[in-house]
Amino acid sequence: MAAPSELGGRIGRALGNAAARANIARAMYGLQKKRLLAFPDAAELERLRDAGEAIKRRAIARLPELLETLEASCARNGTQVHWAETAEDANRLVLDILQRHGARDLIKGKSMVSEEMGLNAALAAAGIEPIESDLGEFIIQIGGEGPSHIIAPAVHKSRFEVAALFREHFPDLPHGDEIESLCASARAILRRRFRAADAGLSGANFLVAETGTLVLVENEGNGRLSTTAPAVHIAVAGIEKVVERLADVPPLLRLLVRSATGQPITTYVNFISGPRKADEKDGPREVHLVLLDNGRSRLYADPELRESLRCIRCGACMNHCPVYVRLGGHAYGTVYPGPIGTVLEPARAGLGRLGELTEASTLCGACSEVCPVRIPLPSLIHRLRHDAVRTDGAGAAGSGARRRRLEALVWRAWAFVHARPAWYRLWTATATRLRALAPRRIAGWSDARATPRPATRSLHALARERGLDRE
Amino acid sequence: MPAPALTSPPEAVLFFGTCLIDLLYPQAGLAGIALIRRAGVRVIYPPGQSCCGQPAWNAGYRDEARRVAAQQIAALAGGLPVVVPSGSCAGMLRRHYPALFAGDPLERDAKALAARTFELTEFLVDVLHLRVDDLGPPLRVAVHTSCSARRELGAVDRIERLLDGLGGVEKVEQERKAECCGFGGTFAVKQPAISGAMVADKCDALAAAGAQVVVSQDCGCLMNIAGAFARRPDAPRCLHVAEFLWERSGGGAL
Repeated sequence: MAAPSELGGRIGRALGNAAARANIARAMYGLQKKRLLAFPDAAELERLRDAGEAIKRRAIARLPELLETLEASCARNGTQVHWAETAEDANRLVLDILQRHGARDLIKGKSMVSEEMGLNAALAAAGIEPIESDLGEFIIQIGGEGPSHIIAPAVHKSRFEVAALFREHFPDLPHGDEIESLCASARAILRRRFRAADAGLSGANFLVAETGTLVLVENEGNGRLSTTAPAVHIAVAGIEKVVERLADVPPLLRLLVRSATGQPITTYVNFISGPRKADEKDGPREVHLVLLDNGRSRLYADPELRESLRCIRCGACMNHCPVYVRLGGHAYGTVYPGPIGTVLEPARAGLGRLGELTEASTLCGACSEVCPVRIPLPSLIHRLRHDAVRTDGAGAAGSGARRRRLEALVWRAWAFVHARPAWYRLWTATATRLRALAPRRIAGWSDARATPRPATRSLHALARERGLDRE
Repeated sequence: MPAPALTSPPEAVLFFGTCLIDLLYPQAGLAGIALIRRAGVRVIYPPGQSCCGQPAWNAGYRDEARRVAAQQIAALAGGLPVVVPSGSCAGMLRRHYPALFAGDPLERDAKALAARTFELTEFLVDVLHLRVDDLGPPLRVAVHTSCSARRELGAVDRIERLLDGLGGVEKVEQERKAECCGFGGTFAVKQPAISGAMVADKCDALAAAGAQVVVSQDCGCLMNIAGAFARRPDAPRCLHVAEFLWERSGGGAL
């Protein structure tokens, strides 16, 4: 047996971690139920998905133009827009802004794009200590881990594990392992940091082109504090976050929040429209928006893969994915896990490096069934699987990288037999006659299951015997 | 693409047996054929058929899938309705053939075939309006609906309606019924650890529901679920819904 791949090793470890599996499964099945309750009227949900899909489809179709409009609207509001082609570019831009202000302390609201950038490591290397203020992100930051879910980054941990982590890192703070007491501890630590921070960083859920508004949803208030208390606010966002009009936001918000957590609306919805005005008493003095490409243009250039740019990062696809539910996000080894990650990450990083991920899906369709903007995730995963073994070099980066000679030969032989009725009948006749010689074990299959055996007569033979093969 | 709009029985149908049923589960195929014939519809089993091409399609080998699919289009030529005793193979013919042959000289034939393809339970319910006199003893039965029948075909309710018509059958519901069993074609051998974890959970749920029998419209799922149950002491009987319906109606030897 061949040594497991890196992915295989991570999958084995994830499946072997009973505690994390139980935490993740309990949370995901809970989120599935909550989403269902949040959309009690199936017809209304489909109308809302129609609207959400149409809004994002329109926005992505006009992406270059809307981004220019956004830049102009932001400039009008006093928000400074920066363009980053790569994660490194984005990190440098953020670092430049911070250094210009002599900032040492950065308080962060939750941002998956900052995870994508590897911002925390880049800042630490430059001597700036970012601190995560979202509770889940705070937990994994002190635990030295990456997020295991895009909206619930510490979902793999139980409250007892969190309590143990807090006791280890903050021995002076009194706390038990009830959630309220853990939250109180985190609040005590973070409040000091909010006051001391020189700058705040956040993501954005939607960027409104016509008004230059940054929309940010959150439940803990840390997003609002990160974007209003410090003198400088830096937002980082992918270029696909732009929508045309302010009126596009409410339907998307309803879809996003209900799909993600089953809430009717998040506790906080922030509409950020620029820095503090001359007659205003609070708010940041500077607002910066760093717009990140990081491979999104490549997705945009591909008419099929472009559909993935509609994603509003609700996480419903992973909440409902039977593979994700059993593995959690860390097994994927990518920033974005689950079905959407299985499309975005290999398409951007190349199929040579991440193509194996496309095989870790049954294509069951649970993800596309719930996707609020109707991204055809199984079709896109399937498309990348094809790209990984195709020979014409077309398709996503790393096209053909996973084609193996032996496997390709097996499929050629399979096609030869199944495209020729006489050969096929010879094969089934042989397999049924020699059924006693059928292998007892089939690599992979027999690990968990008994191996099926050919029948004594094939259906072809039985149908012929009954005269059914004649018209 | 929805099921074809045909509401009264045709004179004859073409039966597409699928490679899995052909080689491993011919009784399921014979039962499907027998149910249709008993309703007075002639069944033709075109001898040129083999496999819908799904294994290669699933694995990303589209050229190979197309070569095999082209042979099925030839074998299933003519205008007769095609009945497929499998959600995933019917899904392949109806949903994926048009995409597979987009821009190909066979595109029109592929679309025409897609438009006259029925999954077996769709055909039994929508076209034959099948009623089965249940002659069997009382039994607790769980339905496992394949993801293809559920999501690609939207045919999840047909198998339920067929079972609801059986007086002696008490349907039991397993937890997370809509969740994939972990078969996924090549997935089961390419990612055996995840697949094994999924099917173990599926078996747990079916056993906990107290099912004496598990029926499905897909032999792929059944091969997976029955294969995993074969190593457990709490195994219910797993069989294709066509075989089950035939048995319950006292259909006799096939």
